[in-house]
Amino acid sequence: MTELLLLAVLDGLAYAALVFMVAVGLTLIFGVLRVLNVAHGSFYAIGAYTATSLVIGLGAAGWSPYLAYPALIISAVLVGALLGGLIETVLLRRVYVKEEVLTLLVTFAVFMILEDVQRLVWGVSPMFADAPLSLLGTLAVGQVYYTAYQLLLLPAAAVVVLVALRWFLRSTLQGRLIVAVAHDREAAMAMGINAKRVYMTTFMIGATLAALGGALASPTTSLTPGIGTDMIVLSFAVVATAGLGQVEGAAVTAVLLGLGRSFAVYLYPEMQVLMPYLIMVVVLLFRPQGLFGVAEMRKV
Amino acid sequence: MTQPLLSVRDLHIHFGGIRAADGIDLDVFDGETLAIIGPNGAGKTTFINLCTGYLKPKGGRVLFDGRPIVGMAPRRITRSGIARSFQIPQLFMEHTALENLMLAAASREKTRWPWLRLGALPQRDEMLDLLDLFGLVSVADKPIRELPEGVRKLIDIAVALALKPRLLLMDEPTSGVSSAEKVGVMDTLARALAARRVTSVFVEHDMEIVERYAGRIAVWSAGKIMALGPPKEVFANPDVLRNVTGV
Amino acid sequence: MAARVLIPAVLLAVLAAVPFTAPASVLLFTLALAKGLAVLGIVVLLRAGQVSFGHALYFGASAYAVAFAARAMQGGSVSLLLLAGVAAAVVTGIVVGLFVVRYRYIFFGMLNLAFSMVLYSVLEKFFFITGGSDGLRVPRPTLFGMAVERFEYETTLFYLTLALVVLCAWLVYRYFQSPLGEALRALKSNETRLEYIGLSARGVLLVAYVISAALAGLGGTLLALVQGHVTPELSYWVRSGEFVFIAILGGAGSVVGPFVGAIVYELVRAYASAFAADVWQMILGGFLLVIILFASRGLVGMYQDVEERLFSRRVVTGGRRRPV
Repeated sequence: MTELLLLAVLDGLAYAALVFMVAVGLTLIFGVLRVLNVAHGSFYAIGAYTATSLVIGLGAAGWSPYLAYPALIISAVLVGALLGGLIETVLLRRVYVKEEVLTLLVTFAVFMILEDVQRLVWGVSPMFADAPLSLLGTLAVGQVYYTAYQLLLLPAAAVVVLVALRWFLRSTLQGRLIVAVAHDREAAMAMGINAKRVYMTTFMIGATLAALGGALASPTTSLTPGIGTDMIVLSFAVVATAGLGQVEGAAVTAVLLGLGRSFAVYLYPEMQVLMPYLIMVVVLLFRPQGLFGVAEMRKV
Repeated sequence: MTQPLLSVRDLHIHFGGIRAADGIDLDVFDGETLAIIGPNGAGKTTFINLCTGYLKPKGGRVLFDGRPIVGMAPRRITRSGIARSFQIPQLFMEHTALENLMLAAASREKTRWPWLRLGALPQRDEMLDLLDLFGLVSVADKPIRELPEGVRKLIDIAVALALKPRLLLMDEPTSGVSSAEKVGVMDTLARALAARRVTSVFVEHDMEIVERYAGRIAVWSAGKIMALGPPKEVFANPDVLRNVTGV
Repeated sequence: MAARVLIPAVLLAVLAAVPFTAPASVLLFTLALAKGLAVLGIVVLLRAGQVSFGHALYFGASAYAVAFAARAMQGGSVSLLLLAGVAAAVVTGIVVGLFVVRYRYIFFGMLNLAFSMVLYSVLEKFFFITGGSDGLRVPRPTLFGMAVERFEYETTLFYLTLALVVLCAWLVYRYFQSPLGEALRALKSNETRLEYIGLSARGVLLVAYVISAALAGLGGTLLALVQGHVTPELSYWVRSGEFVFIAILGGAGSVVGPFVGAIVYELVRAYASAFAADVWQMILGGFLLVIILFASRGLVGMYQDVEERLFSRRVVTGGRRRPV
């Protein structure tokens, strides 16, 4: 029984690490741009596909398999910066002034387009490159054997992202600009902050984080069209439950939902997909602003 | 001594450190016209918000027609017979002036029949007459969005009147109206209120208007009423003159 | 003024002729119209300025209610199944609505999404009751007491759908013009004022919500009857997104827009898939981007703009555009 529980916890944490990375990008984008980026799942998927292609390519070219790790990171940055930057400049920028539902639909349209882009570029047959996973081998935790990749690397990566993001937002100039714009766009602009540039930077960072989640996830699972669609709604559940714009809160709720799901997998499998959304409903019914969100003040 | 229409006792509220209402005692009698004056920030709008359910007091009691209304939702207070107009007109921007009034009328009549068009309701003529009273028939079919502030102000008051209230609370009814028109508007309003036997309480900064139309004046200062009485009396009070009208 | 009746009339005539002019497309049009009903539900809520990201909840709930009922009755009759489907949507709509109408904007949208994903998860995983991701087959019901062959069934259901669409569009149109419907529009512009004329914003929104749930449910019911098969995907978030997509595509300012949008959507999907299976989403996505960037009042809005320019027709009583 303890074995089962231990497995559930480890599974939950590994899963939470990935979901957190996608969710934190989503919440950051919403906090600053006030846009719910439906295409966020596409960044995840394309990050995963790109990473897998790179790893396979590296393997085929006979290079050292350890280069796969930086390759994962590079894929993420490429996807985030290029694709994210492109979408923000060409499309999103034009619709900030429009109603929220239209901005959201723009990201939905981008999602649809990118779904087909995935099919066209990478085809529909499953792709798998598990070299980064298998290279690290397995570790024994008590009676349980678990891959070092999922046990150590994934949670470590998530922690690094969390710490780095916190440091970035609090201690660097660029980060503080982002926080300023998130709090009060008009005041920030009145102080001369270039909101346009902040928007683009934030979107690119968010996209990169999602792509990183995908890249890191890619060695653990075979990629097929549609991996982005489940991830987007799940990461959205994490963001909504934490409170839109809450960075540290997203880490907590990612763990909460991740553990909820993995415990369901081992104890009551029919509930596994249900758990995250059930938690979301319950939290939102009692605290619509999320566990860590700030309730909106009434305007007199 | 008849029972006051509105009876306020020891009303309290504070925001952070500011005591916006610091023990208000006031009786408003049926048929009277009471003006509320005082410097900005004295708590005049807060008082109206408290009486109409927009804010909940920390303590105190408000009786309307003998029944307590503290803690009731604005919707229920409105249905009991208190209507208000706002300092910044609160209207349905995409609807026309007439439609705004029709919505108030439909709500008043609790029109349940779903198939009737709003514009075809039997209260249409009554609402047109109300617009006519304020000289606004020409803008009946214009959306509020397209109308200037002064006109919106009048429509805001008209909407409150459309509800056939027993008590009308108005927050600066003539601000936004040009000084040339102020007296005309107030004349019309006073006549309309008298004809409909509506008791009114209005916040006002223009002392000429106050002197001319108020039966009694309540002077607000830092969340308290510092003077209460007919205009002659109040305006002779040196404390009042110093505190309020000197500004 | 005649234009107000013109678009719907022409559309109706063209559609009524479909079983004769394009008999192979009857199924496609039926499904498009069924979807259009769900989109009409979205348009009702848009009137109050609210967007539901989870209306697939009602689409799926009704579809499965029909499936269960049909399987229990080993067919049943169409009228009974219609009733079962819509009832399921109305009951769910009231229960969920009571919670959801306390929220606005993004919170409203999110809560709806959450509920719909709860249903999806249940449908997908509780295999022994719901058939899991394979879904359930819906046995064909009887029409007016008679068991019919496939062709007659599909054609009759097409006309039934068309009739229901016309009825619902007209009813919603009248609802929009009624005091309750105008109050819904007023909610969007000034909720405070609404309370201050004595109306309950939550009450007004709840009525709209249940109506929109019933419409989405009716759409799901018809889909289940026509397709003969229901899957959990009917409640998935992408489906909800599609409904909002089509609402904007067709034009959220009219009751005809949802159906125009749905038909265009299905036609593009069918033809794009026929030529190149992996581009229909791209084409539709691109189409939506164009609409949002250049014609955000949707296809019907575009038509109204053109019509005004051609005929310089301004409604006599004022500058406000009347919804079709």
